[in-house]
Amino acid sequence: MELSTTEYKRCDVVKASGRIDSYTAPELEEALSSLTAEGKYKIVLDMEEVDFMSSKGWWVLIETQKNCKRYNRGELVLTGVQERIRDSLNLVGMGSYFQIFDDVLGAVGNF
Amino acid sequence: MATEKFPGRFESLAGIRKFVSEAAVGAGFNDKEIYAVELAVDEACANIIEHAYGGEGKGEIICICNNINDGLEIILKDSGEKFNPADVAVPDFSIELEKLKPRGAGLFLIRNMMDDVDFKFSKEKGNELRMVKRREH
Repeated sequence: MELSTTEYKRCDVVKASGRIDSYTAPELEEALSSLTAEGKYKIVLDMEEVDFMSSKGWWVLIETQKNCKRYNRGELVLTGVQERIRDSLNLVGMGSYFQIFDDVLGAVGNF
Repeated sequence: MATEKFPGRFESLAGIRKFVSEAAVGAGFNDKEIYAVELAVDEACANIIEHAYGGEGKGEIICICNNINDGLEIILKDSGEKFNPADVAVPDFSIELEKLKPRGAGLFLIRNMMDDVDFKFSKEKGNELRMVKRREH
């Protein structure tokens, strides 16, 4: 998995690519928690190039979402979620905790 | 029948998924079904490492893939602590975000991705998880 973070005026965009599982999820966790540790709670996760995500990855996003939404200070939103990943997210029922946008532009514009 | 042993470490997950996805391709599954097999096996192996072995580097995972008439049978064996699926509560994702606890989603996914899911345990052989995925088409 590869990660890159781009700072925008109103939010930060984290782009992930590859496969997110129990082995790689800690890297994602580190990237997201380094943003929240800096007081950045408006985050877009670009998942267009993520082609596998296990529940371990979803829990990283849930914990980040808890942190971001606390005191209404921000939100983690998702973009470019591949259909099969979205299906598994909705199957479990975790989908209701995230806004999912079709593209990064729409997600950034949300903030 | 294809059998392979993997070290019980999270870095083995990519290789395990590759092994079962090749078997799933060979069994004639479509992309959606292949992803379901990969996800179910990944979740099961992560649970073995985390819960049956209680951490990485404690034992091996044996993965067996059998082509059957209408799909694929996958058996995962480990020599860790007994895993009792009845101890794992079905996660409730209708509750508010702050109250969510990270437990049970893997097993829920496994049961929904695969058609048959059976857990067996014996002191001599350890845990054996048998999963079957049948072709939809």
